[in-house]
Amino acid sequence: MKRRDFLKAWMICGASTTFGITRNAWGGASFEGYPERMGVLVDLTRCVGCRSCEAACNKEQQLPAPSAPFDDLSVFDRKRRPTEKAYTVINRYETTKAGGPVYRKIQCNHCNEPGCLSSCLVNAYTKTQEGAVIYNPKVCIGCRACMVACPFNIPGYSYSSAFNPLVKKCVFCYDTRLKNGKSPACVEICPQETLTFGHLNDLIKIGHERIREMPDKYIDHIYGEKEVGGTGWIYLSGVPFDKVGFDTTLGNEPIISNVKEFLGLIPMVLAIWPALFTGFHLLSTRNNNDPSKQGDSHSYREDAKP
Amino acid sequence: MNKLKAQEVTIVDSPYKDPGKTKWSVQEKLLLGLTPQQYVAQALRNPFNWLLAIIFAIGLPIIAGRFLFGLSWVTDSSYDYPWGLFLGFGLFTLVPLSSSGFQLGTAVELFGRHDLKPIERLALLNGLLGYFFAVCYLLVDLGQPWRLPYPMLIAFGPAAVLFLVAWHVATYLSVQIAEVSVSFFEWIGFPMGKQAVRKITLGLTVAGIILSTLHQGALGALFTYAPGKVHPLWYSASFQWLHFFVSSMPAGLCMVIVVGSIVKKTMAWRCDDNFMKNVDKLSITLARGACMGLATYLTIKLIGVAHDNKWEYLASGWGLWYLFEIGVGVILPLVLISFAIRNNKIGLVRFSALLTIFGLVLNRFNTALITFNWKLGEWFIPHWREVMITVTIFAIYIMVYRFILYRLPILYTWKTADEPVHVTEPIKESATYVTG
Repeated sequence: MKRRDFLKAWMICGASTTFGITRNAWGGASFEGYPERMGVLVDLTRCVGCRSCEAACNKEQQLPAPSAPFDDLSVFDRKRRPTEKAYTVINRYETTKAGGPVYRKIQCNHCNEPGCLSSCLVNAYTKTQEGAVIYNPKVCIGCRACMVACPFNIPGYSYSSAFNPLVKKCVFCYDTRLKNGKSPACVEICPQETLTFGHLNDLIKIGHERIREMPDKYIDHIYGEKEVGGTGWIYLSGVPFDKVGFDTTLGNEPIISNVKEFLGLIPMVLAIWPALFTGFHLLSTRNNNDPSKQGDSHSYREDAKP
Repeated sequence: MNKLKAQEVTIVDSPYKDPGKTKWSVQEKLLLGLTPQQYVAQALRNPFNWLLAIIFAIGLPIIAGRFLFGLSWVTDSSYDYPWGLFLGFGLFTLVPLSSSGFQLGTAVELFGRHDLKPIERLALLNGLLGYFFAVCYLLVDLGQPWRLPYPMLIAFGPAAVLFLVAWHVATYLSVQIAEVSVSFFEWIGFPMGKQAVRKITLGLTVAGIILSTLHQGALGALFTYAPGKVHPLWYSASFQWLHFFVSSMPAGLCMVIVVGSIVKKTMAWRCDDNFMKNVDKLSITLARGACMGLATYLTIKLIGVAHDNKWEYLASGWGLWYLFEIGVGVILPLVLISFAIRNNKIGLVRFSALLTIFGLVLNRFNTALITFNWKLGEWFIPHWREVMITVTIFAIYIMVYRFILYRLPILYTWKTADEPVHVTEPIKESATYVTG
């Protein structure tokens, strides 16, 4: 290897390490969440499955009319998930507990450290200071990694659109309401006060207060307080969470924690590999050269071959 | 073609038509030195072309339909399986099968294993085409493929693993194009270009290792975004990238063994003596490498299970499926290859190479599709149009592969007598090195 080559490699190493440091700092800090973020406390013991939140969401987000009207309760016969046409759905769970079935509302949980956001290669997602996880349709290339990364299986995709397919999910009514300090449409319409809108930190306190006041009524856990790094929408339930469709195996680490190990490795590979393998090259080829050709680069010798 | 060669038709393998002065024209080069009539006749004679024609007749309209009517027309539009066959096969399988380029490049250019030279170009081409077609699959799968350059130019998500994959695959494609361009420059008759690429070969090779390490691993790391969705036996937060990276190496080598034996059978007219004489011997050399790769892979897979203490999962139905994958896709080829190398049985080497490839395909399918969403209790069953598109793009891959092998000096050596040879220059350079 010539000195010029060595300097070149050295400069590339330096540049790549610098690049790597910015990348690492991005994923490396632990994020406690914006202090003023809003959230919603969902009390499953209060929900009666009237589906008015589904109707309000449909209207607010100008979604297409559903195939079955919102007062049709036969939709409860099967388990549903949010789709491109419905950003929130209610599922019914039969439980052994007295007092009939339990209803559970599903929508985007607006994580503090969203998996969708960290998996997006064009940064289409933003966690706003108000707590909403919003989506920029103008840059989305449609790789759907966010759908893979979402631990709650929330994002839908408008596969049927040939020319402008987009990710469709609850955005906390950010543009129309949350930005102006108003609660989302589903919260406003709920007749049972199942949904409580407020500062997330206050909601967590309210949740624990309710559990303390009525320990027989509630499971002693707020789902979403800690799950996958904490979510903006948190849940109280009278029955174990795994009986009503919640994934209780997710753990408390945000999704990005799983990926950090690999992300941290990138700058190291970029920095170490060039010297390592160029070194191997020198070690494995130098002895083959006769002394008069010392320092002769390998590619030149190739050229000299007939 | 073998018949034509037997009839002593001259096939292009040098810049000159005859020992005299006339050069082949580009059109003659494209037609391999045959007359148009001869060319068409040999193409029609080949039954494989008819098979390709049938696949294209069904598949190409479906591909057009995908862009006109949207993804929902060709896939089941699943929200729970956002990645189907296009990525499950096209990206997660084709990319590891194409790791041959960087491995042979490293062995020959970096470690000076010149005995591998006769098969190096085939390995480089295998790498280039695999990556190129992985991008083609991606273009079919992306919702808005026309925005493919966005992560490079318009919107950056540098903390995303896919961002790295996008950049690395793009960069590595350029590196591979440069590596394969040597053959193209020979064929087209542009020695300057060849010299220029030759000068940066070492840089390209090292770049190839870096990029391959990272993006082969990154494809695995992509699944660490979905810790709850991939079955624990196929998931390892700490080692996922290593599992993907290490398994790609034997698979890439075995791909060269398999392709090498296919071309030896079907394209004997195109291979020169150097290739024909060496391909069996080199297959066994590659198999040695694959053997080490498989053994390492098996070890780190077991470490993965032990590290997270997942032994109890082995007793479940998924566990049996896992044992099948490891047993038939890793242990069996490992045993067979070792036996075959020891006893110099080239046929068995080829069969176990095929088995290794099967093992890799099964692993990627298991991770991305079959065990994905194991908690939901659903199965991924692709739409028939999705299968058809996947098959069609693979058929185009084979066709392009063959088109290039027919023409560029990959399997044969370009007979050059007129290339300027620079012997003096490096000596001058080394003189400055010694004194400075």
